[in-house]
Amino acid sequence: MYTELFDKISFSEAKDRVLSKSKLDIESALHTSHSGKAVNFEEYLSLLHPSADTYLEEMAEYSLGWTKKRFGNTISLYMPMYLSNECRSSCVYCGFSFENKIPRKTLNRSEIQAESEVLHSKGIRHVLILTGEDYSITNLEYLRSAVRILKSYFDSISIEIYPMDKEKYEVLIEEGVEGLVVYQETYDPETYSKYHLRGMKKNMRYRLDAPDRGGLAGFRRIGVGALLGLSDPYGEMFRLGEHAHYLSKKYWRTTVQISLPRMRPAEGEFDKAIYVSDREYVRFLFALRLFLTDSGLVQSTRESTQMRNHLAGMPITHMSVESRTDPGGYSGGEELKQFEIEDTRKIEEFTEMLKKKGLDPVFKDFDRAFFQVPDRMS
Amino acid sequence: MTESDDLIIAGRRFKSRLFLGTGKFSSGAALGQAIHSSETEVVTVALRRVDLNSGEDDILTRIDRERILLLPNTSGARDAEEAIRLARLSRELGGGDWVKLEVTPDPVYLLPDPIETLKAAEILVKEGFHVLPYINADPILCKHLEEVGCATVMPLGSPIGTNQGIRTLANLEIIIEQSNIPVVVDAGLGLPSHAAQAMELGADAVLVNTAIAIAKDPAKTAYAFKLATEAGRISRLYSNSGTSTSKKASASSPLTGFLEEESRNVHGVI
Repeated sequence: MYTELFDKISFSEAKDRVLSKSKLDIESALHTSHSGKAVNFEEYLSLLHPSADTYLEEMAEYSLGWTKKRFGNTISLYMPMYLSNECRSSCVYCGFSFENKIPRKTLNRSEIQAESEVLHSKGIRHVLILTGEDYSITNLEYLRSAVRILKSYFDSISIEIYPMDKEKYEVLIEEGVEGLVVYQETYDPETYSKYHLRGMKKNMRYRLDAPDRGGLAGFRRIGVGALLGLSDPYGEMFRLGEHAHYLSKKYWRTTVQISLPRMRPAEGEFDKAIYVSDREYVRFLFALRLFLTDSGLVQSTRESTQMRNHLAGMPITHMSVESRTDPGGYSGGEELKQFEIEDTRKIEEFTEMLKKKGLDPVFKDFDRAFFQVPDRMS
Repeated sequence: MTESDDLIIAGRRFKSRLFLGTGKFSSGAALGQAIHSSETEVVTVALRRVDLNSGEDDILTRIDRERILLLPNTSGARDAEEAIRLARLSRELGGGDWVKLEVTPDPVYLLPDPIETLKAAEILVKEGFHVLPYINADPILCKHLEEVGCATVMPLGSPIGTNQGIRTLANLEIIIEQSNIPVVVDAGLGLPSHAAQAMELGADAVLVNTAIAIAKDPAKTAYAFKLATEAGRISRLYSNSGTSTSKKASASSPLTGFLEEESRNVHGVI
């Protein structure tokens, strides 16, 4: 389990490992990139260092090269569907936090259907379903019945819900879920306990090993991420790279994807976010690309149109589009969103931009046939 | 090398990263000299060749088992069943729990059978053996072997005894990158430079037999392999740094010029 690796070094030591890198280390890492190889973990740490900014253009070139080589001129598109904003956890930075007195909603069968019809009509075939951390309302049975509806609309279904045990993940895979996303939020134990006040989410280690349980259960894709802005970004990037690398080596049948969201405004009064500049954010993404050359890098509509336009295909490979973060938001309803989004473009406008850049927007890249054996073969 | 750079296999620590095979030596004395000058700590022996019952076996008497791991191998086995039988026999006769698993149904090129190797490995691991399988350089097979609990994988550099060096480069690179257990490049290494190359690629160890056994001077050649293995390891760990310069100065920034302005007005606030 990842916690075994995690326990070997503290968060502050991890941060110091990044910040102790020298200009020579950075140049050595670039030398590796220049010779056409993926950088190793220590080199990855070097590229996170602020001094690597001097070489940002060079990192961009290598990043573009790797993304083209591994993913071609394509961007996979998906849309998130919030099934519920019910939440029993109190996370001080999140709009869904139990403490926030907001209207709560969980989609029923016909509402899920209505949402699915809207997304399907836009051409979307990859959906990511999300819930808050309420394991009684959005329990396994609820999720199973939701997936049964979604299956007739979407070829690929991923979940971003509260962490589960392996057996429950297996049930969802059996039902037709293909991907699992578990953001750690922060890898800093001190910050984690400070910002997660109550509820199941308070158990940091259970969350840390959720991707492992997903790997053991057999998900085809697992996404991990850190929410930049909660704790020291260098410590977070050390951990995120370490975690994704560990998972991709251990669960070799599983594709590992990485998300790197930055904090966005949300309901509540959290005002302690650590600022991560565009330049830092981009440097982190380039470093991840040069290290984990085969991992999909996911970018949501949290980022600006300018940022998304420039990073698509370099190093970003998977993007959400036209997102709503409120349950029932696509088919009309109340404003119950989890956080503000920045890029509000419609799919048509967004795909037009991708095409102008010479990128192919991919709506479907998976098929249910992988799960369902036709009668004649059974 | 520092202590922290020791090679650890199945919990046992090794300073040397050069494994030695014992076939084809002109005499027990030549083998003994090669063992001495290579400073190897792992010597593999074909079970079919040695008499584990006898305290006077010419090969076994050359191996100081206090210092050196005797690694019995199943060479000659044509399928999983034969290999398993040999390994069990070895353990019965005091050969220990370590086994280099070789399943080579083809008597000409002695290429390993991946299906039978995996089958045998799974059973032997369950029986408590530390299994070090000799295999073709197949990355997927390596992951399967890792999953069933093998102590290492031992992909070939080129067909055994050919001295062709590393002909499986692309696959070895993938294996080394993906493996969570030590990777020992086995077979085909004909020159010390081949061993150095394997170590520079990131292999954890190399196994050499023919190139040393049939050399004009096996002891000197064994010494050369020892140095080459160490040189490759040092190179892997410590070279490159400081030798590179940036590809070019970034006078213009076509890819990152957009960063001149922050995209969001969110300084310090979410």
